[in-house]
Order: sequence, then C-alpha cells, then structure tokens
Amino acid sequence: MTTGPDRSIEDLIALMARLPGLGPRSARRAVLHLMRSRGQLMGPLAEAMGDVARSVRDCVTCGNVTTADECAICTDPRRATGLICVVEDVGDLWAMERSGAFGGRYHVLGGTLSALDDVGPEDLGLPRLADRVARDGVTEVILALNATVDGMTTAHYISDMLAGRVTVSSLAQGVPVGGELDYLDDGTIGAAFRARRGI
Amino acid sequence: MRLAVTHLALSHFRSHRRAALELDGRPVVIFGPNGAGKTNLVEAVSLLSPGRGLRRAATADLARRPDAIGWRVAATLDTPDGSHRIELRAEPGSPRTQTVDGDPAPQAALGRLARVLWLTPAMDRLWIEGADGRRRFLDRATLSFFPGHGDAALAYDKAMRDRNRLLRDRVTDARWFDVLESRMADAGADIIAARRTALDRLATAQDGAATAFPAATLALVDPPDGPLPDTADALRDALAAARRGDMAAGRSRIGPHRSDLAATYTARGTDAAQCSTGEQKALLLSLVLANARALAEDLGAPPILLLDEVAAHLDAARRAALYDEICALGAQAFLTGTDATLFADLGDRAQHLTVTEDGGESRVQAANG
Repeated sequence: MTTGPDRSIEDLIALMARLPGLGPRSARRAVLHLMRSRGQLMGPLAEAMGDVARSVRDCVTCGNVTTADECAICTDPRRATGLICVVEDVGDLWAMERSGAFGGRYHVLGGTLSALDDVGPEDLGLPRLADRVARDGVTEVILALNATVDGMTTAHYISDMLAGRVTVSSLAQGVPVGGELDYLDDGTIGAAFRARRGI
Repeated sequence: MRLAVTHLALSHFRSHRRAALELDGRPVVIFGPNGAGKTNLVEAVSLLSPGRGLRRAATADLARRPDAIGWRVAATLDTPDGSHRIELRAEPGSPRTQTVDGDPAPQAALGRLARVLWLTPAMDRLWIEGADGRRRFLDRATLSFFPGHGDAALAYDKAMRDRNRLLRDRVTDARWFDVLESRMADAGADIIAARRTALDRLATAQDGAATAFPAATLALVDPPDGPLPDTADALRDALAAARRGDMAAGRSRIGPHRSDLAATYTARGTDAAQCSTGEQKALLLSLVLANARALAEDLGAPPILLLDEVAAHLDAARRAALYDEICALGAQAFLTGTDATLFADLGDRAQHLTVTEDGGESRVQAANG
C-alpha cells in the first residue's frame, strides 16, 4: 500500500500540472519546493496570485492584460499615440516590448479571424480599433501577425477595413538576424527575395 | 539516376508490429494471403509523399490495434540529389509529424523528395462513381508534377470551409467574404493552371509511346453551375457575384473543387465509363505509366509506383507487358497479389517478399524469386 500527499496537496499538484511547460512530474517538484519554503515563497506567491486574480482584466483600449481599466502602455504619455501595432496575443506584445523596437501603442486581437472557430471581427475588437484610428489621429497601423493562413486572412481583413483612412504596414518576412541561408526553407527565401531592398 | 526506397522500417503500423525491409531499387513483389498485411506495407510507402496515403486514412487509424501506442515509419530514400532519411511518426491523440534527415519538415517537403503514384482496387470504379475520386486522381497526378499543388489545395480548402461557414451562418460581412474569396481565387487559379498543365503533360507522354496499354484522352469538365473563370481576378468576381445564391444553397458552388475529369478510350472514341471493367483498369494503368514516363523525362528519375492487386486483373499478355514497361522505365514499383505465380514473369528482375499473418501480427520475409 502506498500513501501519497493529502487530497488538497494533490489538487494543487493537478492544477500546477495544467500550466504550460509543466507536467505531472515537474508540478510535483514545484509544489514540494513551494511547501519547503512556505514563508519566503509560497505565502507571498499565493498572495500575489490572489491579488492579480482579483484585479486582472483586459485593457479597455488595447486588449492588453492590466490590473487597471487601461494598461500602462496606453496611459504612458511618452509613447506615440499616432502608431498602433496590431498583435495576435499578449505574448506577442511582450515579445515586441522586449525588443524595444517600438515606441507606439498596441491593439491585441486575442486570436485570429476564423469562421470555423466562430471568431469574428467583433471578437477581435476590430470596431474598437477602427474607432481609435478615427479618434486618436493615428498615422500608421503596423500589422505584426503570425505568418499563418489565419494570420494572413486577418491581416488582409484589417488592411481592407482601414484602407484609405490610415497607412497600413506589416512586418517584413525573410532572413533572421544572424541566420544562415543554407538553413532557411524555400518559402522564407522566396519571401526574403520579394522583400529585398537597396543598401 | 533513380528514386527508390532502400530501407523501410515499420513500428506498430497497422498489422505490422515491427518490420524492416532492405530494398535494392528493383521492383518489389509482395505476395501473401488476403488480410496478411500486403497493402499495409505499400500504404506505408504512400505516406512518404504528402497527404493521407493510398487509403486516405486518419492518423489514428494507422496505429496497430489493440496496442494503439502510436506508430512510426522510417525510410531511406535514394533520390537524384542524394540519399535522404524520412521518418514519420504519430503519438496517440497527436497529429502526425515528419522529419527529413533528422530535421522537422512540412509535408510539402516530402513532395519535393518523393514522387509516388498508385493504383488500388478502390479505384476500379473511378470512371463510374462520383467526381470526388476523379478529382483526387487528377490532383495526385498534378502533385507529382508540381509539389506546390498540395499547399494551394490546402489553402483553397481552408478558405472555402471558412466561406461555407459564413454562408450557413448567414453572415453578411462583405469584407470578410472579400478576404476569403480573394484567398480562394488566388489558390484556385493556381490549382486550375497546374491541373491543366498536368493534363497536357499526360497527353504528350501518351503520344506515340511504345506501350501495350490503350491511350486515354483526358479533359477537364466544368462544374455543373457554369464554366470556371480563367484568372484569379475573374474567379474572385465570380465568387462575389455568386454570394447570394451560395447563401441560399449553403455552400460554395463555383470553383475548382467542383471540376470533373472525363476520359475517352482514344482509339475507339468511347467514354471510359462505357468500357468494360478490364478496359477501365487498363486505361488507369496506361495513365499512371504515362505519368511515370513524363516524370522520368522531367526529373531524370521515374516515380515510385504502388500497384495494389493490379496483376490479377490483367490477362497474361498485358501482365507481361506491364512488367516489361516497369523495368524499361527503371521504376521501383511495389506490386501486391495473392498468388506468387502472377509474378513469375518478373523473375529476378524484381525482389520478392512474402507477407503472412500469425496471431494478428504480420510477418514479412524474403522469398526466392
């Protein structure tokens, strides 16, 4: 006969195992580690999680996650209001922010247009994006969507929607920085050729 | 210059718990009783080209029962530009993945390496039954010439399914329709052009060819709701104009997904559907051989041919002619049948394998040929 952890600890492990990157085994290790450092880690973690769980919501302007009505990016006066970068989800927004390449504001779609999955323009907040463009003196909308079929369909839809009202651009596709041509697939090399520019 | 599977290993694939074949590029004869697992072997080879293989099976159905622990097919493929290792595998509940020389690769990459054509008993009624089978036959031939055809077909299908959903849900967002129709039109125009070129190549390859099989004249038949527009722009306009009617019908009625293929027995001028069963089979074989000759000319190597239960339906003279033509082409053809004597004419021009079944498990062995 074997005796495992208590029921509530088992429940905690089962919940942890549903996190991305964790499986049952690593969830078990993580919970064990938390319980060994109850005071320094587990208590503050539980408190922080409770706080965020109570207050987290989508930014009413851009769809980013925030604990206020508007996110820190939308309320930052130093960021350009005339530039909006459209991304599929918050993870993409964080990737853009890590790069430090963009000083404007965002629109987070929360998915891509897909009739089969019942995701329409309203679900992606596109009417809200059109309002912002009309209201905030936006000069350029940059589409930073994934190069998938659904991503491209969505990009096409948005550029159609905003045509004639604002400049719409998309990220370049091609050779990654530090990349070697020999390792690129045919589609990427083709895209890089089409997007070549004078130096 | 050749295209051949030189090593094939199956693990928990259909009836094969474990099988490993060493092949030398000659045609491969596989015989054994019904249900022994012969077709399962050729099905594994068919998966080396893009798509769902010669049975169009779902990934989960390829796993050996009752174990259902997933499956794996590994092959070494000799191609005109060198030898490549292809590995396909699926874990239970997960989609199939593939690697080429150890690196993950999309299915389209397989199409550039392995050109595979097949003929199965399920295709016996191809000229009589619905247009779906004929379109698939045409698309398989087209894919053998243009590996990019598979991507165009997937892109078209995805956009069309989204459009059909909008039609059924009676969504009236014109912009959404515009975007999907534009994707359908771009992919659709590529599909139409590639199919036409493939038919031309097949016609040229049949002209004056030294073959014992009757030539077939192929023609694309327009969909019942009207002729197919020629260009992407015209197809886009036609789709937009058909929107209201399509909404009433609940599906897309215009496009290459509704084309059909018609075949005529050239020498007699009769419709393939009116020919005898044996003649229909001969016409199909004739087309597959013409396709193989055209590819040999284009690429310098004939495709791999999978001829499942083909020999039994031919008279002795045509059977001998088929073997001679395969050997003259230098194609690695996999031929299955229940009776070893059907393949006696091939002698040591081919490798001979027997497949038997014991307790629900297939066994493959070399036979003396």
